[in-house]
Amino acid sequence: MNLIELIKQPWPWYVAGPLIGLMVPTLLIVGNKSLGISSSLRHVCAACVPAKIPFFSYDWKKEIWNLFFVFGIFIGGIITVLYLKNDAPVLVHPDLATELASYSITDYSGLVPVELFNWGSLFTARGFILMVIGGFLVGFGTRYAGGCTSGHAIMGLSTLQLPSLIATISFMVGGFIMANLILPFILSL
Amino acid sequence: MQNTIKDTNTDFEVRSLDAICVNEEEVKVPTWYNLQYMVFGILFGIILIKSEVVSWFRIQEMFRLQSFHMFGVIGSAVVVGAISVFLIKKFKIKTIRGEQIIFADKTFNKGQIYGGLMFGFGWAMTGACPGPLYAQLGYGATAIIVTIFMSIVGTWVYGKFRDKLPS
Repeated sequence: MNLIELIKQPWPWYVAGPLIGLMVPTLLIVGNKSLGISSSLRHVCAACVPAKIPFFSYDWKKEIWNLFFVFGIFIGGIITVLYLKNDAPVLVHPDLATELASYSITDYSGLVPVELFNWGSLFTARGFILMVIGGFLVGFGTRYAGGCTSGHAIMGLSTLQLPSLIATISFMVGGFIMANLILPFILSL
Repeated sequence: MQNTIKDTNTDFEVRSLDAICVNEEEVKVPTWYNLQYMVFGILFGIILIKSEVVSWFRIQEMFRLQSFHMFGVIGSAVVVGAISVFLIKKFKIKTIRGEQIIFADKTFNKGQIYGGLMFGFGWAMTGACPGPLYAQLGYGATAIIVTIFMSIVGTWVYGKFRDKLPS
């Protein structure tokens, strides 16, 4: 198997995790930047619709590196789908597959289930709830918490910040409640 | 700790709430220099997708404790990140332009719990935190632009009402 074929395979956690972790010192050493992605959403607000709100009244251009970084993530997605795509569907736990099949979710070819996240499903109850309300909660929640998985869980825990541990635990508790107790109702709509 | 600054700001990614950006380097750098962050972003995006951490299915597995994968990725990322930060502090490693590396201490605030729970809900619904949303869009899930737009709306609404929220 040549290198490019190897890269195309799904990467195990012990390869991907350390690479993600190395992003912390890389950004620090290259430009004193703290890894954090959700703040890009704030910079977009500050750049486009600050509306004299104090929270958005700052010089976003000084944080423009963050917008370059997230634009890079977007380009990374394009490069992966064009050149590094693995055509095999994602392999999930059989219990999950059984559960999702009961909501007629059976297509594992994409990063997100095409039955839920497409333009057509935006006009179905479950698609609307997941994309519109889910997206709102991601934006509101990360800013209220002061960071997301990258800013709190990875950067914050790496610098041994107790508030980041509290935030990370809250992320997980929220996720467990949603996935196990609420999502089944949404998916069966 | 000498190289630690304290402030009462609750938003740690933009370390300054008002006009002064602490995240900015003191040495002036040309704008094209930001392209390097795009390169790191590209690498980050590829890593996120190839490790499947941006997969809605993997997120569902994680929240049902059906797979170790996500915990392994986040856990080993934190371990490597923490060792790196420890080494930077211990050997007072500077940036490539010779500046001291700054770490901001975070202060507790109820938003970390309330906001954290809300983000947790959103994470399990969309199968993505903010970084993966950009990756999913790039990977061709065009409808995700709606999710990204709504997360910007959510951020804006938070900014509008942040004075009225418990903190």
